[in-house]
Amino acid sequence: MALRKVKGNLERMFDKNLTDLVRGIRNNKDNETKFIAQCIEEIKLELRQENISVKANAVAKLTYLQMMGYDVSWACFNVIEVMSSTKFTYKRIGYLAASQTFHPDTEVLMLTTNMVRKDLNSQSQYEAGLALSGLSCFISPDLARDLANDIMTLLSSTRPYLRKKAVLMMYKVFLRFPEALRPAFPRLKEKLEDPDSGVQSAAVNVVCELARKNPKNYLSLAPVFFKLMTTSTNNWMLIKIIKLFGALTPLEPRLGKKLIEPLTNLIHSTSAMSLLYECINTVIAVLISISSGMPNHSTSIQLCVQKLRILIEDSDQNLKYLGLLAMSKILKTHPKSVQSHKDLILQCLDDKDESIRLRALDLLYGMVSKKNLMEIVKKLMIHMDKAEGTSYRDELLSKIIEICSQNNYQHITNFEWYVSVLVELTRMEGTKHGPLVANQLLDVAIRVAAIRAFVVAQMALLLDNSHFITGFSQRASMCEVLFAAAWICGEFSEFLTDPKATLEALLRARVSTLPGHIQAVYVQNIMKLYGRILTSSGSDASMDEDMVAKAAVEEVSEMVAARLPSFVESSELEVQERASCALQLVKFVQKQLTKGQAAGLGAEIVSLFDGELNPVAPKAQKKVQVPEGLDLDEWINEPPPSESSDSEPEVQRPSLFATGNAENAYVESYQSSKPAELTQEEVQRNREARQQEQACNPNYLKGGGKLESKSGMFDVAEVPVAQLDLPVALKIPGLASSDHYLQKQKQTSSKKKVSTKKKKKSKKHKESSDEEELAAPLHVVNTDVGEMPEGATLSDGMDDDNNDLNDPHRALDVNLDEPLRAEETLPVRSHREAVKFEVTGEKKAKKKSSKKEEKVKKSKKQPIMMDLLQNGEHTNAPTEEPSNDFWLDHAEYEAMPDTSQSKLQVEENEKPKKKSSSKTKEKSKEKKKKKEKKVINEDSLVSSLAVEAPTFVPDLKQTMSNKDKNVLICTRPILTGSQLLISVEVNNTTTSPLRSAEISFSKNVELELIPDGLTTTEFGSYRFPQQFPPGCFTFPLLFNVANVNRAYSVKATLIFNLESYQDKIDLAVAVPATLFLKPAPISGSDFAEKLANGEMQHLSSRKFESSKSFQQALSYCLAYFYLVEQVGDTASLAAQNPQGRNVFLLIKSQGTSLSLDGKSDNQELIENVVQSLQTVLAV
Amino acid sequence: MIKAILVFNNHGKPRLSKFYQYFNEDMQQQIIKETFQLVSKRDDNVCNFLEGGSLIGGSDYKLIYRHYATLYFVFCVDSSESELGILDLIQVFVETLDKCFENVCELDLIFHVDKVHYILNELVMGGMVLETNMSEILTRIEEQNKLEKLEAGITAAPARAVSAVKNMNLSQQIKDIKLPDLPQAIKDLKF
Repeated sequence: MALRKVKGNLERMFDKNLTDLVRGIRNNKDNETKFIAQCIEEIKLELRQENISVKANAVAKLTYLQMMGYDVSWACFNVIEVMSSTKFTYKRIGYLAASQTFHPDTEVLMLTTNMVRKDLNSQSQYEAGLALSGLSCFISPDLARDLANDIMTLLSSTRPYLRKKAVLMMYKVFLRFPEALRPAFPRLKEKLEDPDSGVQSAAVNVVCELARKNPKNYLSLAPVFFKLMTTSTNNWMLIKIIKLFGALTPLEPRLGKKLIEPLTNLIHSTSAMSLLYECINTVIAVLISISSGMPNHSTSIQLCVQKLRILIEDSDQNLKYLGLLAMSKILKTHPKSVQSHKDLILQCLDDKDESIRLRALDLLYGMVSKKNLMEIVKKLMIHMDKAEGTSYRDELLSKIIEICSQNNYQHITNFEWYVSVLVELTRMEGTKHGPLVANQLLDVAIRVAAIRAFVVAQMALLLDNSHFITGFSQRASMCEVLFAAAWICGEFSEFLTDPKATLEALLRARVSTLPGHIQAVYVQNIMKLYGRILTSSGSDASMDEDMVAKAAVEEVSEMVAARLPSFVESSELEVQERASCALQLVKFVQKQLTKGQAAGLGAEIVSLFDGELNPVAPKAQKKVQVPEGLDLDEWINEPPPSESSDSEPEVQRPSLFATGNAENAYVESYQSSKPAELTQEEVQRNREARQQEQACNPNYLKGGGKLESKSGMFDVAEVPVAQLDLPVALKIPGLASSDHYLQKQKQTSSKKKVSTKKKKKSKKHKESSDEEELAAPLHVVNTDVGEMPEGATLSDGMDDDNNDLNDPHRALDVNLDEPLRAEETLPVRSHREAVKFEVTGEKKAKKKSSKKEEKVKKSKKQPIMMDLLQNGEHTNAPTEEPSNDFWLDHAEYEAMPDTSQSKLQVEENEKPKKKSSSKTKEKSKEKKKKKEKKVINEDSLVSSLAVEAPTFVPDLKQTMSNKDKNVLICTRPILTGSQLLISVEVNNTTTSPLRSAEISFSKNVELELIPDGLTTTEFGSYRFPQQFPPGCFTFPLLFNVANVNRAYSVKATLIFNLESYQDKIDLAVAVPATLFLKPAPISGSDFAEKLANGEMQHLSSRKFESSKSFQQALSYCLAYFYLVEQVGDTASLAAQNPQGRNVFLLIKSQGTSLSLDGKSDNQELIENVVQSLQTVLAV
Repeated sequence: MIKAILVFNNHGKPRLSKFYQYFNEDMQQQIIKETFQLVSKRDDNVCNFLEGGSLIGGSDYKLIYRHYATLYFVFCVDSSESELGILDLIQVFVETLDKCFENVCELDLIFHVDKVHYILNELVMGGMVLETNMSEILTRIEEQNKLEKLEAGITAAPARAVSAVKNMNLSQQIKDIKLPDLPQAIKDLKF
């Protein structure tokens, strides 16, 4: 022995330890990856040694490499080995590695359950603490279920260190195993009043986390927390409690009223900034929840704002940031009180810290008024010029627009100014907010009729100088502005001073580099302008005579006809189509012109674009009713049959065409959808009906006359494309500058020109008397929300709660005040093996054993049940709720201005509780009766529980032993990723080691051993390099699986030397096809849809006699399947294999027989899965 | 809840990473990288809160960090944590490290990352704050270190001697001499 130890230590001398590894990495900076690869090879060798200290050393190094970004999950088996060491030092290393590398989906976790349980119950508090810390990082639903009870026991440990950790651990258990919440909650509540402040704090922490997502369930705890808040001095805990109250007050305004006073006391008294800040935050939350009905809450707001001002003025940037953050919360409900600190906030805009500037920007939204808007925007524009980061500049741009456009341009007095601001914004480089600017331009042009002439003039200039916007590729998003410009110029072309120049700008060759949707708008608006020019160049009647006008029109037509083909060439379909139509139209006009019959043509083209376009409400499109009989998800034509279909695909697609043969349905639907030949009359009638319908439908944009088009071909290549080269000017003459307006405004305000003001006022009066809408000083804004379909309102429930379905907190939304039901207990450890054994035994034995079981269960479960029932009594809703209500109502009397000491208040709180309990004496009497009843019921409940069929859990363990029964081998197949891991546990009961062990396999192409750590002999078997000492040891065999659709029977022979003779054991490990399956969570509707749409076309069903109950069979299946739905003795299940193939299973119980119906997208898979299930279940 | 705790140096080299939500190794490295880029470009005199890590969390999450000499300590937390509270917690963490390592510097973290983890485990458990009282934390750590020492006892003496020799930085030289013959030589002695 001693020799071995010395040898072990000698070997260790040359192993690298963690320090060597780190040093080595630092010394090999140039070829780090190579060095690490070499280290990993060494680590692999070390892991194969039997010396646990060598293994621990290797695992410690792996933990470091994991931090460097190397995947070390291949060593998880070794990590478990180190975790199971009896030495604290190694255990610590193991748990650290596990907490860094394991996660809830790690396959080997199922091997750790018993080990972790042992550690949790360890005598040493640090071992148990270690287990708790580690478990908190990798707990899986299975572990949570199996260990919940052990962790619960630790809640009442005598050591505060363990209680504290166990309390926090319970939260993780709840997340993974929501069923534990209700049974465990009374115990958790007790911990709120634990003598140790650390435990208390931990319990507060857990309840806060729980209450954050489902606050309403925790309202009943308010009195307990209130007491804690007014008595505790632990700032950490106070912060948590105050945050919790912030989450609770929106649900119960009475609570808020009660809170105001102690909170303001805290605000006055505390010196801790963190606590002060949280108090202010909660006071704000309270004030928001009781926006009215409280006489003196303005003083509280004043206090908050005043304290926040101190924070913002502080030199500490952190306080400044938080102050602004809290300010923005007040702004939403009490903008007035924030506005008085405008100076401070504007000052923050100049702060060097970007986070602070962004927060100040948020506040600006509430700061602006008609008077200061121009000034603030000017300031922001200057910032934008100076800003370095594009993200900050984008933020500024969107803020400017947000500020100006709020409440339908409430603060804008001069729209010429606003339009010029927008035009200036188009010159910003590299912003992503081009569409935003474009939208604003369109919106203003449509809503403010008076500004149109000005907008059109500006847009015409923009179009003429479009190279400024498109000049650089990085400004790509800004070209959206051209979209708006083109549309505005076209739509309001009557305001254009020189339509021909604008038309030319639209037709420029450079345009073809623009995105497709913009070109499409160009074409459309070219036609609008063209029509306008036709009508305006002389009155129509005189056109034929007036040769000058005619010449002008001909010239324009020629220009349009010459340039349009470049649009026709576009690769964008939309552009092509519009351009061809337009081209034909122009050619037609040209023809008429030459014939001299052009009179009235202009008016007709204009009438094509007749009618005003009104804004459409943002949600209008969604609100349009779906016409009856229209199903957008339905196939219009049958989808083509899939290529992989087998001989009889129709039979395997039953539920879609439940009524008849699928083929018939296909033919029928095809025939009915075939368009019938329509007579001329019918066509006419249809068209009229359609027009009528369109006229009634408000969502149809009404068009003018009909568009005549001839189909004709023309040669595009012959059309000359004019190249226009514009001299690049730095400034666009005529483009308005926003500064100009600012100066103007300043002048008027400083000189106080009374006369102009009067004029304005009188103007305003006139306008407002004429119009119903609110009139802005200079321009009228159309503030309609936009057109909506009939009968729909804006606030129709469009905003469904978009809660994340995967949020584990959803499952934790349970009523905690309801008394516990008898079946709500934490799962207690039971002897699975024994149960399984009895199941297979004879009937008589079964009866006996089940009686025994009953006894065992009774004795085990009773104390816990009693305990839980008693706890349940404590939390019973009927007693708790009235007092809670009373506690809250009492606040209303107290909330009056009188200021009493908070301690007094607490005492008073206790009194009413007693009163209320005396009031409800009768109730409690009733309750006593109930209690008695419960006690009576208890026995029957317990027995009924015990009678319940024992669950049947899959256990694939198989045991073999050699002739002399000296060596016992246990094998267990597990799936890790896509590899199969057979863990072989050898129990050597002799005192001598196993030597030169070799293992050989019967060949299987689809299952290949990864000879990791084994050497291959010339006979094709594998030799283990090490000796196995007497006792128990485990080695893993890892296989690559080529085909995961089938079951395997791994046959192997293990040959070894024991003492003086050679012995062998034949191993046969059955790997069922189900092993490769994993539960695949799927919703009921998706499940039905998948079945219906024919994906799952392969079918396999079996019916067989089984001695197992439905519950047993189901619990077996649930190890591999997800339970989609269960109705009585029928359940639908879903699973997936590593290749992503789905397996759906319907399991039914009829008397003593079980029937399995499986469906999958793979025939082999489903056959094997059902076969495997049958072999297990049909016993 | 705390979602992650990261410690890295001025060049972005990770010195400690603790994720309380599962990310695979590649993602973890990307998060460290992104966080470093966000944090390192900020001046020392700006506030310690940051929004907008795109990889970790969402709008509900904040990065709260402190910069000490060559190291950044970054906590990624959600809105249930108090910002100033977490700043205090970082301070407690660093002060505890300072006590345990006696004038902590980056090298201590480099060579004893396991110990740093053990210390952190006494402050934070599974993403929730476990203890903030420094003397309590220190007693727990010391008691556990005692346990380790007890276990080491005599058997660890040779190992300690080895590590002492190694710390003289001889290991590299010994390795360079190619010692594999040594065990052979010992065997030949037949003792």
